[in-house]
Amino acid sequence: MIRNITFTSISVCLVLNAVIAASNISWAQDKVAAKAVELKPVSTFQSITDEKQRSVALFEEAGKVIQHPRCVNCHPATDRPLQNLTMHPHQPPVTRGDGGMGVPGMMCTTCHGSENVPVIGQAETIKSIPGNPNWHLAPIEMAWEGKSLGAICAQIKDHERNGGKSIDQIVEHMGQDHLVGWAWNPGEGREPAPGTQKAFGELIKAWAQTGAACPS
Amino acid sequence: MITFKLNGQQRTFDGDPDTPLLWVLRDFEKLTGTKYGCGIAQCGACTVHLDGMTRRSCITPIATVDGSEVVTIEGIEGKEAEAVQKAWVAIDVPQCGYCQSGQIMSAVSLLQMTPKPSDDDIDGAMAGNICRCATYQRIRQAIHDAADTMEG
Repeated sequence: MIRNITFTSISVCLVLNAVIAASNISWAQDKVAAKAVELKPVSTFQSITDEKQRSVALFEEAGKVIQHPRCVNCHPATDRPLQNLTMHPHQPPVTRGDGGMGVPGMMCTTCHGSENVPVIGQAETIKSIPGNPNWHLAPIEMAWEGKSLGAICAQIKDHERNGGKSIDQIVEHMGQDHLVGWAWNPGEGREPAPGTQKAFGELIKAWAQTGAACPS
Repeated sequence: MITFKLNGQQRTFDGDPDTPLLWVLRDFEKLTGTKYGCGIAQCGACTVHLDGMTRRSCITPIATVDGSEVVTIEGIEGKEAEAVQKAWVAIDVPQCGYCQSGQIMSAVSLLQMTPKPSDDDIDGAMAGNICRCATYQRIRQAIHDAADTMEG
């Protein structure tokens, strides 16, 4: 009897896993780059004498972070977050809900805790579940998916689409915010955003100090 | 020592703090109603309520449960749970039943937050609970029926 129950349980597990595997869903995590992508320091751009051109160059360097999937995945153009470097729709198929926190019965906190959780002894394709105390989607007016860096730049400066933030607050958000900082500490199996949050924050600060010019 | 409330009773756990809550429930507390399905938060079979919200126990280190309240399928109660139980029985929702404790925990949570859910509300709440028998139509119907019952 016990053997039958055990066999049935194992069979159900196998079938359930087969259902997941056969559902045409990819949840393999990133193929992490062998060498981390770095950011050029602010000093690199001092040789650009035209301040506007220097500002644009600084933002373009910061754009390596802003347009990295680690950031864009939570700034989607729809109500569905994205995953992976391939930026496929989030699995399970969660939706934005109020405040970007998910919907009743399926809030973000159903899976995402206050910190990254390594997944031990399970599928090779998922090494960890990401987490942060403030885990949520960016508001839809802050969607970056599919936009050019110039369009994102204009959006970041637009009070109607940046949560009413001043440039100083943008600098602080980019360089200090703990959830933004998750992009450089995304958990095992995920490629971090280029450079460091400190280097990114310095680029954004220098961009702001040079007039916050946007790429065309 | 990790201390938490489980189905209304104070419990402690002094094993590996990385142990997933699911295995504390099943192996140490012998509450086997909560199921292991995928182990990577993709199927919903292991769903419990943690401080009143749905939580996948397979990816929840027990250390993060310290000081919290856990409710499992064995301990779920209240008007939403009663309505869901009656609705589930009335139209024989389960087929094999393996995923059903997770389905019910999500359904009860939905009704606690949204007493009269639409089809979209139900689809959103239940999106992370996979059923290999594809009982989705009956699950949706039973949630509507439970909502009607609660409405009186």
